Amino acid sequence: MITYPFTYRRPNSLAEAEAVLKSSPDAKLLAGGQTLIATMKQRLANPAVLIDIARLGELRFIRREGDALAIGAGARHHDVATSDEVRNAIPALAELAEMIGDPAVRHMGTLGGSVANNDPAADYPAAVLALGATITTTKRTIAADDFFQGMFSTALEEDEIIKSISFPIAEKAAYAKFRNPASRYAIAGVFVAKGKSGVRLAVTGAGPGVFRVSEMETALAKTFAPDAIANITIPSDDLNSDIHASADYRAHLVTVMARRAVKQALER
Amino acid sequence: MPAVNLTVNGKRVSADVEERTLLVYFLREHLRLTGTHIGCDTSQCGACVVHVDGRAVKSCSVFAVQLDGSDVTTIEGLARDGKLHPVQEAFRENHGLQCGFCTPGMIMTAVDMIRRKPQLDRETIRHELEGNICRCTGYHNIVSAIEDASKRMAGGAA
Repeated sequence: MITYPFTYRRPNSLAEAEAVLKSSPDAKLLAGGQTLIATMKQRLANPAVLIDIARLGELRFIRREGDALAIGAGARHHDVATSDEVRNAIPALAELAEMIGDPAVRHMGTLGGSVANNDPAADYPAAVLALGATITTTKRTIAADDFFQGMFSTALEEDEIIKSISFPIAEKAAYAKFRNPASRYAIAGVFVAKGKSGVRLAVTGAGPGVFRVSEMETALAKTFAPDAIANITIPSDDLNSDIHASADYRAHLVTVMARRAVKQALER
Repeated sequence: MPAVNLTVNGKRVSADVEERTLLVYFLREHLRLTGTHIGCDTSQCGACVVHVDGRAVKSCSVFAVQLDGSDVTTIEGLARDGKLHPVQEAFRENHGLQCGFCTPGMIMTAVDMIRRKPQLDRETIRHELEGNICRCTGYHNIVSAIEDASKRMAGGAA
């Protein structure tokens, strides 16, 4: 499969990337390319310019910053999955990274790419939302609650680039995913986190975009145990329905995955 | 057209290529290294796996121009001095293939897997192979071959 033609640019710094992005109509940022290139091969995307930011060292870091873990947008899934810093601070985040795609995809795909794309079945958005992370861009900082705006839609402006994401370190956290065995995307995935700001629970794969379940959060804030949410089922009205799973089945899976996530978080 | 400089299987290669040339086409059509296969249109099958700077990558999902300056190893670059790589040898001895179409990708994935996880059990191998599809459903012997190769390599064979 051959993509449409495009012009390739590889800036040497983030500042240069920002300038090129501003001056190039119909440009796309290229990081790991594991979604974008597949989409271009299907000719479902046709950017005039690709701005390759994969090699920018300033985007590729993982470090502890006080009570949070800061990860550069260019960090590969493999980097996050195998980082001692991540495994010590938020093991659930390393485990989530290890569940994305397959080993070859994890060698290329990036945190920033996944979050900017906001695929409704992607894994990282669940962690970003449940941990109450903060997204730092070339222009500002954005709270996770304001960032994700539905299917493939985010608060990012056309000429804005994600620099890093700061994840507050949770007391307990876990991610449980029921995945499509062919695509490895989540049919339903639940990330639960218990931290300073209480309990937050985010669902990916089941709906048109990542979302929180406040009824489960309230119940878990009272009693952080799988049984506390066993009888809570989310309405299936707005959930996805496709050849892989019906909306009702996804609603059922959300409760099952949420219970599993809480159980795993407690077993740590 | 931009110039691309790569080291492929230890040899330096330079070429002017169209931006949209995927690495797999660069390898197959410009360098005539046809051991790297294309088995799907959706980046899912893994027949095209090669190593870029030592890491397994799907060569159908990266443009050659992105990798300027990188070191690429393909299935053709594994054997040394006429002697098969231990993973190739193990695939041969364990009958780790039927039609053989997926085999180059399976072997490149296996070499990368053994590098990252020298201690491999069968369940881990199956999990690690999730990005490689065999349409002959020959996974059983593929798993045996990788298990065998990892033991040989742990013994210092390579």
